[in-house]
Amino acid sequence: MKRCLAVQRLYSGMAAAALICSAVPAPSWAAAEGTVKVGVLHSLTGTMAISEVTVKNATLLAIDQINSAGGVLGKKIEPVVEDGASDPSMFAQKAQKLIQQDDVVTVFGGWTSASRKAMLPVFERFKGLLWYPVQFEGNECSPDIMYSGAQPNQQILPALQWAEQKGYKSIFLLGSDYVFPRTANLILKKHIEHDSGTVAGEEYVPLGGTDFSAVINKIKVAKPQIIFSTLNGDSNVSFFKQMAAAGLPSAKLPVMSFSIAEQEAKSIGPSLLEGSYAAWNYFQSINDPANKKFVAAYQAKYPGSPVDDPMAHGYLDVYAWAAAVKKAGSFDIEKVRKAASTLAFSDIDMGETKFASNQSLVQTAYVGQVLPSGQFKILWQSKAPVDPVPYDPLSFPGKTCVL
Amino acid sequence: MSESTLVAGQLFNGISVASILLLAALGLALSFGLMRVINMAHGEMLMLGGYLSYVSITLFGKGAGFLVGLLIAFVGTALFGALMELTLIRRLYGRPLDTLLATWGVSLILQQAARSSFGPVGVEVTAPGWLSGSLSLGGTALTGFALPAVRVFIIILAALVLAGMALILSRTRLGLLVRAVHQNRAMAEALGANTRLVDLAVFSLGTGIAGLAGAALALIAPVTPTVGQSYIVYAFLVVIVGGLGSLTGTLLAALLVGIFSAVTQIFTSVSVADVLLLVAVIVFLQFRPRGIVFARSRALEEA
Repeated sequence: MKRCLAVQRLYSGMAAAALICSAVPAPSWAAAEGTVKVGVLHSLTGTMAISEVTVKNATLLAIDQINSAGGVLGKKIEPVVEDGASDPSMFAQKAQKLIQQDDVVTVFGGWTSASRKAMLPVFERFKGLLWYPVQFEGNECSPDIMYSGAQPNQQILPALQWAEQKGYKSIFLLGSDYVFPRTANLILKKHIEHDSGTVAGEEYVPLGGTDFSAVINKIKVAKPQIIFSTLNGDSNVSFFKQMAAAGLPSAKLPVMSFSIAEQEAKSIGPSLLEGSYAAWNYFQSINDPANKKFVAAYQAKYPGSPVDDPMAHGYLDVYAWAAAVKKAGSFDIEKVRKAASTLAFSDIDMGETKFASNQSLVQTAYVGQVLPSGQFKILWQSKAPVDPVPYDPLSFPGKTCVL
Repeated sequence: MSESTLVAGQLFNGISVASILLLAALGLALSFGLMRVINMAHGEMLMLGGYLSYVSITLFGKGAGFLVGLLIAFVGTALFGALMELTLIRRLYGRPLDTLLATWGVSLILQQAARSSFGPVGVEVTAPGWLSGSLSLGGTALTGFALPAVRVFIIILAALVLAGMALILSRTRLGLLVRAVHQNRAMAEALGANTRLVDLAVFSLGTGIAGLAGAALALIAPVTPTVGQSYIVYAFLVVIVGGLGSLTGTLLAALLVGIFSAVTQIFTSVSVADVLLLVAVIVFLQFRPRGIVFARSRALEEA
């Protein structure tokens, strides 16, 4: 099929192309006039593969569904899947390959902020459009990226609001030592002080760190009412095990995590996490017909596999792109980009979401509590979908995102 | 809880961290310290121990499974170590740099094997009921600082393993042979010691202890295909600072490193404490390049 398309490009306009092509057995929609290529760029190998493979699966599921419903503008979507290999420079390389060599009309992908930062100049230089599915630290504003993951004001600040409503005044900030936790805590500190709460302490542990003895000792001395944790990955296992061993299970000292969703809960072990909180913009347990359809379709393909926030965003991104293409009546990046940020709530069938003019997603914030099954019980949700604010006005005054 | 309890608590944590480092390093003290094999797969021996503990807990339940798991982990990784020695290490004695590359390959194979058989996400090993509580010491400086039972257990286990190894090396015939071979291989061979058998025994004992350590450390750390990587650097650090070939040195180095990092963490963050520790080690090695305890032997002179 690939060769068929390459030949066709070489001889474009020549009658011979159709002949060469028809000699290769391929699905009927494989003819170039009938398909449109999109890039799917996630880590399929390396440390990030655990998280990103599932997002890739959800993205491909949406593409399959749209194709079996007839495609977009009469064309079937042909995904070109590439492996970023958990390496930011590989993400940049593969992004360039997708845009230049494969001629994709858009790219879905990325997870870590480092991978997004590495891809950004590529999308700027070669004129591409990236749909980014993961919550992040904000502080970025580019016309070449559609940010569907939460901005800090859609995940972290609603969680703070919830904690304050619950009467938690003294908060301990704990995170892995890299850009997201540092920025998130910077914003949190400003807001906690502004709301006259107290920051009981702030500690960082290197990514992958396994020793929490000193941190837990400091937590005991500081006596906070709740811990806000931006710990990432396996460090969570050590942290929760050592908290339990030190006589501080979640029932005694609640923990609010910003990096633990259904997938992570399953791998860390729900029994360790039981009773702790998490803030996201999506939970598998959301009681909504569109979500139930999505979960059922995903689990029909991958039985027993939980669904979480970044996956839902990966899935939603494809539908949002398709809706924008329909609205624009074209695959042209500039037109799609403009159409995407003027979609109405009803255009994306995934709850009340749409893109704001700054190309970030308007979305509802939720707080959930880990159940023994590894699922989350939804305790709270924002009254209305929250508008995205890339630059927190308290922490970064004077900076705005206008595209 | 006051500042003084923070300090007292950190001293306990220092000893706890030291016991973890000691457990992770003791096996390496044998293979690297005595045999000069740079075993990059040492971390994966700990990982294997963790998974064997998980298998045992799944088979025999949480309470008994954990204790049986310690034994299974020790025997299982010792057998794996023996296999490694017979097929690979044996051909590479006296070529430390080659052992580095070959065992690094083994470590990659083991990580992928764990990923293929148990999945890329970790497995769950939690402390059995009798280890999940904590001991409190009223009326002392540690009032209000509950000692986690798991940490106390690991300290005791590390002490037992250290004592056991010291006894084997100083009181048994095997120990005598090990010391003889270590001090002068050619002479030991001339006097009839089966050095090949001694090498096999020492290497598998080293990996077995690593497996045992891995099973115990699973109580406070994750069990994932890549968990070995988080132990290996510190294991080498402790053995090198302690001085090759000396158990006393390994013990002192573990205590020094553990307490140093716990005490610096009173004033700074974990990341900065790590930096300070590594700087301290570099400075220390400038003055004592052969570590705390300098074991004088022919083997070392040649090396």
